[in-house]
Amino acid sequence: MARGHHDIGGLPGAGPIDQSEHTLSDWEILADAVNQALGARGVKRTDEMRRAREEMDSAAYRDMTYYERWIASIEAILIEKKILTKEEIDRKLSQFESKWGEP
Amino acid sequence: MSDAGNAEHGHDHPKHELSHYAKRIYAIRDLLIEKGVITEKDIQCQIEYQEARSPANGANLVARAWGDAAFKGRLIADPKSACAEMGIDATAINEFVVLENTESVRHMVVCTLCSCYPRPILGRPPDWYKSFNYRQRAVVDPRSVMREFGLNLPDDVEVRVHDSTADIRYLILPLRPKGTENWSEADLAKLVTRDSMIGVMDPLDAIPE
Amino acid sequence: MNSATQFKPGDRVTVKFQDRPGHLRTPWYIRGKSGWIEQVHGEFRNPESLAFGHDGLPKKTLYLVAFNQSDVWGRTAAPKDKLLVDIYEHWLESSAQEREEVSHE
Repeated sequence: MARGHHDIGGLPGAGPIDQSEHTLSDWEILADAVNQALGARGVKRTDEMRRAREEMDSAAYRDMTYYERWIASIEAILIEKKILTKEEIDRKLSQFESKWGEP
Repeated sequence: MSDAGNAEHGHDHPKHELSHYAKRIYAIRDLLIEKGVITEKDIQCQIEYQEARSPANGANLVARAWGDAAFKGRLIADPKSACAEMGIDATAINEFVVLENTESVRHMVVCTLCSCYPRPILGRPPDWYKSFNYRQRAVVDPRSVMREFGLNLPDDVEVRVHDSTADIRYLILPLRPKGTENWSEADLAKLVTRDSMIGVMDPLDAIPE
Repeated sequence: MNSATQFKPGDRVTVKFQDRPGHLRTPWYIRGKSGWIEQVHGEFRNPESLAFGHDGLPKKTLYLVAFNQSDVWGRTAAPKDKLLVDIYEHWLESSAQEREEVSHE
């Protein structure tokens, strides 16, 4: 078994710590709230979300932003639990994209 | 640097410019509500809960502990009860531990595996706490991290780094700055930065620059 | 402390080199390292099982385990510095040193 891509304590090559902070976008606030709401309703546990992140593609893990990783994990867990399917998320998203003016 | 926990809605990109996953959360949200898995009210409640949590909670706890030795004892012995005394709802934390800094010991907290943080007290963690660079460096070279935040410690001060790998959530009780005798709690609280409660720096000095 | 708790504060322990699939909350860098029990946190549901939708029972004892920084990284850190990690009982075993000392108690 290889070391998990999340298991990074002590790995060399880290640079200076960027202390700048960004104001959360609406989609990040929503991701945070959906995650917490699902937990509060007992739909999923934080441990499942962590595991989903660990199972993610390693390149994707490094490239995604923090809340993107949360959204990918939420989706993976909801699909795994058969609460949603990828197809219905895709369909719903297409409907939104027509509304949002996606070319 | 604002320590406020309120979720200010900054300048947002038009939705069709959002990234793949950023867009998907809107679809996921709508589907979950349609299917009755969660409600719109659930989401609103969580947003409000999060907005009510900020480093000010921690600063108030610390300021009181500095001024009131009995409260400090209670804060260390039973942090959740001490929070309740001050009207801070820490019930969502499974297990809460307060680590007291002294002249000879400084503590620092990291979650190398993800981003565990005492959110019910302090609100969301700063971006840097969640960054790969912090998670990689904090356990192996905490002093270099502290130097970046302006804290230079001699070798005879013990640095204790906690990797928060389980359900325990850690809050640092920073060392009270010199020259603050007889200060009010409100003034003391202003010296307690969020980053001093994570442990990468000491609180602000009492003497203005 | 119930009879099932294997270690007590002060006990010398070594973190096992477990390398198996699943959701493991013992960081790679601490596996195989030796330190001592600082505190017994108590019993918690096992995250390795919770992560897959199971109930996490039976609960496992969680310990605050302390290490000398210089012992973990194999080089001289500031000599007093420590690293503390929350580790579950099934990841820990008595250090050889502690086994030798048992006969003196």
